[in-house]
Amino acid sequence: MNLNFFMQNLINALQWGSFYALIALGYSMVYSILMLFNFAHGDIFMVGAYIGLGVSLVLLKIVGSGAAALVPGWVVLVATILISMFLTAFVGIIVERVGYRPLRDAPRASAAITGLMIGIILETSNILFLGGQRLAFPQLIESQTYNLGGVFITNKKIMIVLVSIGLMTTLHQFVTRSRWGMAMRAMAYDFVVVPLVGVPLNTIAVMTFAIGSALAAAAGILFGLAYPVLDPYMGVSFGWKAFVAAILGGRGSIMGACIAGFMLGFIEIMTVPGIQIVNRLFELNIGSNLRDLIAYSIVLAILVFRPHGLFGEPYSAKLRL
Amino acid sequence: MRLLEVDNLRVSYGQIKALQGVSFTVEEGEIITIIGANGAGKSTALRAISRMVPVLEGSRMTYRGQDLLRFAPDKVVSQLGISHVPEGRRLFGNLTVMENLILACFARRDRGRIAEDLERVFALFPRLKEREEQKAGTLSGGEQQMLAIGRAFMSGRRMMLLDEPSMGLAPLLMLSVFEALKEINAREGTAILLVEQNARLALKFAQRGYVLETGHLVLAGKSRELLNNPEIKAAYLGG
Repeated sequence: MNLNFFMQNLINALQWGSFYALIALGYSMVYSILMLFNFAHGDIFMVGAYIGLGVSLVLLKIVGSGAAALVPGWVVLVATILISMFLTAFVGIIVERVGYRPLRDAPRASAAITGLMIGIILETSNILFLGGQRLAFPQLIESQTYNLGGVFITNKKIMIVLVSIGLMTTLHQFVTRSRWGMAMRAMAYDFVVVPLVGVPLNTIAVMTFAIGSALAAAAGILFGLAYPVLDPYMGVSFGWKAFVAAILGGRGSIMGACIAGFMLGFIEIMTVPGIQIVNRLFELNIGSNLRDLIAYSIVLAILVFRPHGLFGEPYSAKLRL
Repeated sequence: MRLLEVDNLRVSYGQIKALQGVSFTVEEGEIITIIGANGAGKSTALRAISRMVPVLEGSRMTYRGQDLLRFAPDKVVSQLGISHVPEGRRLFGNLTVMENLILACFARRDRGRIAEDLERVFALFPRLKEREEQKAGTLSGGEQQMLAIGRAFMSGRRMMLLDEPSMGLAPLLMLSVFEALKEINAREGTAILLVEQNARLALKFAQRGYVLETGHLVLAGKSRELLNNPEIKAAYLGG
């Protein structure tokens, strides 16, 4: 494998990993803070992508498109991302209020299936209201390809990776520096005691769902730019894989979820050239459709050696006062 | 003046009746203690005041004329000023000493007074000042208890509920922790409700005491009377 080929795949892996990482953050935060798996989160990513589609169509209608547009495409894109993040945050807030808060003291398994049911409701509502056909995501910015010494990079890939890393850095700053972030970290350590120091638990829970959902919306729009076809089930396998990244990253670690997301993207993308090399060396004929089998066997192996994930933070295991 | 009136407090954990109609009062600025054996229901009484456990029908708690049961747990702290130092301290071990203290001010409106209050905590426990940037999980047992009290002080101080603060501390440390509590009580007028297995220590510290046995209050009185009561001596003070 020459260096150019490796670099090409690395860039693809960074883009693919960005989606996983952004979605994994939502899983990871809710899990850390409420000891709860929000299995609806993959579908919130889907809802975010569709909200992004709707918002961008409305904006394009207002400002016009092509040569007659009032503002350049990237302005529409930035506005679409911000507005959709804001709107999808409310979807997360509703999910918390309707699906999870009433079950706060219920057995954990009940809260887990809530997520599955909400996910199915979101998927089927999409089919109900939009007819279930695949929809094209408008390409808000002109695609440009740069040739860097034989490695091809598009402006979209650069943008997707930079926006993702920007959002992750912002979240990291928020969690480590603000008092809201401090409350989130305290909750991740011992959520039972949080009300005892005067911190409103529900407010922090709502905020966590809102932030996670907003990030999933950003991932949805960036995904729509890279792969411009949306369908109601796009969140299912993506959601599961991002969930894997969240757990692999380790409980309570923002950085862990991000790194694990990128790592998952890297393993998945790199498995295909890996298969090709093995085929050539040993004259085998392994199909690249075995990608996920091989990729997730590697992930499983990592988890066997690091059962607490890569960067898990310590926490108190006490579930009551 | 009456600060807290607990009347017919009943709490169950499933089939287990933890408190079966307990009544007591705390006056403004008073130090009182509830003593009793392990499992008598002492901690449950504190949890009920903090609204951390549901109470059964007929239980009444009145705090400065207000119905305590109408307040959510975090509001009991931030609006009523009742702070709780739980059993085993339960600090946020992943946060620094400073962050633990700052977090306790989360809902405070008087932001301007926080710096001043931090100084008071550090004056009371100079050790915490030295360890300001250290993670709370790395503190020694005594330092953790100081931080737990400091955290409670920052969150609300009209009344402080203390659950076994002497647990796991060497006798000398134990005394200095109680000295600090006395100082908080004297300076701020903070009422203290102390729950202890170490009955002798608790009764020497408090003005009045209650004796709890398997969910019932069996005896109440001035600490000095309880210390000299032959039954108490035999059952709780080691003869």
